[in-house]
Amino acid sequence: MAVATQSESIEERRKWEGSLEQLRGLVSERAITGETMLLNMGPHHPSTHGVLRLLLELDGEEIVTCLPDIGFLHTGIEKSVEDKSYEKALPLTDRMDYLSPMSNNMAYAAAVEKLLDLDVPERGQIIRVICLELARCASHLVWLGTHAIDMGAMSVLLYAFRERERILGMFEMLSGQRMMSSYIRPGGVWRDVTDDFLPTLKQFLNDFPAKVDDYEALLTQNPIWKDRAQGVGVIEPDVALAYGMTGPALRGSGVNWDLRKAQPYSGYETYDFNVPLGEHGDVYDRYLIRIHEFRESMKILNQAVARLETAKGPYRSENRKYCPPLRSELGQSMEAVIHHFKLWTYGYDAPDDEIYSAIESPRGEIGCYIHGTGANKPRRVHFKTPSFIHISALPVISRGYLLADMVAIIGSVDIVLGDCDR
Amino acid sequence: MEIPAAIDPVPAVREAFGDGVLHVKQFRDETTIVVAAERLPEVLDFLRVSSGLVYNMLSDISAVDYYPADFGDEFAGAESDFRPERFAVSYHILSMLYNRRLRIKAFAPEEDPRLPTATVVWPAADWLEREIADMMGIAFEGHHDQRRLLMPDDWHGHPHRRDYPLGKETVAFSFNVDEIHQHKPFASE
Repeated sequence: MAVATQSESIEERRKWEGSLEQLRGLVSERAITGETMLLNMGPHHPSTHGVLRLLLELDGEEIVTCLPDIGFLHTGIEKSVEDKSYEKALPLTDRMDYLSPMSNNMAYAAAVEKLLDLDVPERGQIIRVICLELARCASHLVWLGTHAIDMGAMSVLLYAFRERERILGMFEMLSGQRMMSSYIRPGGVWRDVTDDFLPTLKQFLNDFPAKVDDYEALLTQNPIWKDRAQGVGVIEPDVALAYGMTGPALRGSGVNWDLRKAQPYSGYETYDFNVPLGEHGDVYDRYLIRIHEFRESMKILNQAVARLETAKGPYRSENRKYCPPLRSELGQSMEAVIHHFKLWTYGYDAPDDEIYSAIESPRGEIGCYIHGTGANKPRRVHFKTPSFIHISALPVISRGYLLADMVAIIGSVDIVLGDCDR
Repeated sequence: MEIPAAIDPVPAVREAFGDGVLHVKQFRDETTIVVAAERLPEVLDFLRVSSGLVYNMLSDISAVDYYPADFGDEFAGAESDFRPERFAVSYHILSMLYNRRLRIKAFAPEEDPRLPTATVVWPAADWLEREIADMMGIAFEGHHDQRRLLMPDDWHGHPHRRDYPLGKETVAFSFNVDEIHQHKPFASE
């Protein structure tokens, strides 16, 4: 009797485990026969930067295939947006790439502006550029800290988070929120910068370059770091293009493509900055690119601060059909009250047509596709997110490297699973 | 190296594919070419390799559902937009050389929606198509991996369809799951 019960329980367990037959065609035949080993990595692994599960097929220590399994952080944002007016959908976009919410806000706001044909005043654009570059620094700082800790360098994380904390403090000054800021909105930004923002930012810009030098002193010439990073995870330029990779992962392979330069938005064409490029396409080059991007962001921020001091005027579009009136107008103008009421209850209508707009986030191209209905809610909103694309390319860029290198490769393409699953 | 001058994609595609081009639309400086579903991979490959076009990157694939009535012969806005079927899939392609984007669109019918896969042209289409197959229920013929991508393997229905319930959802516990399934036919079938 005992034997029968045991065989039943094995049957029962098989049902849940599934069989290797399901993987036929996805892994090599050698895995089915047991010649190579299938190893599960994640979803709760410290170096997967979120909830990502990888099914690895290993020949000894060498990676033969890697099957990423995503969806653990799927939040249904694209579906929820269909039931919200355009402005009310904006806070959801913060939750996609939670390390640079400002970039998501910008991607969505730029798409809505394109759909509505809405203008953004100069001051609003300058504040946006400041937010986007600060977000780029904050995101790269988290990347730097976690990437270093993945590779065994513990202390960089503490340094990186110390500076990130100051950036989040500045976001709190602007929006009242450290992370989920919802600050960049269609037509401009939510409110003007506070009086203490610019002095704080100037102090930060004064201190930060020396901190970047500190990170470089810890890592750039560090022999252990170079051994782990150089020649690992090489992405050939044609592979990067075929798999649609963007951002530092593409520029690390030497392809000069940055949407801030190529298809400028928010006035990026008027700023003087360079696009750092790699040569070898390995983990080390992608590291160097992000370090250089800190310095380029500093350049942009310094120019933007100088402009913000002279640029007067509104920070948000004056088109009252799309952007709410100032609080001070509400006591004076009946029209302002009507606009205020209309905008915060119904919202606004957008054309029954489709647009695609893209911006350069710290990770790569965030595209936003919106199809309106002619009324106040979209028919479909789709986000093309860089992490999604980069994870889909993981099998190709990790093939032939060692299991220990997988951690370095995942870190170097800088994925965020909230961004991937949406 | 001499870079060939950029040519307008619309006449080029019209000349190469004739009846394969169903409609062309301009909106906010974006060009959309609607092509016949069965010629989709050919059109995409033509745009990728032809001199003067070189759309060398697939930015995005998005699907849209025109449910309940914004498509077909009765569609009121027919003069402004072309919507012969319920589902549409848009391929956003980018030419880095000429720095411009183009949208290629194909329609799939309400009954048994399916399109040929673009993975033969772009490996990048792999997951983008799997996501659409999972969330919108459009099958891609010839795709090498037909598993669901985001939703669990045993999930019923396709959440991004417009007739899939949205909001006002009760949290399912074992004591009320039958009751919930009764008023959510699309989720339980």
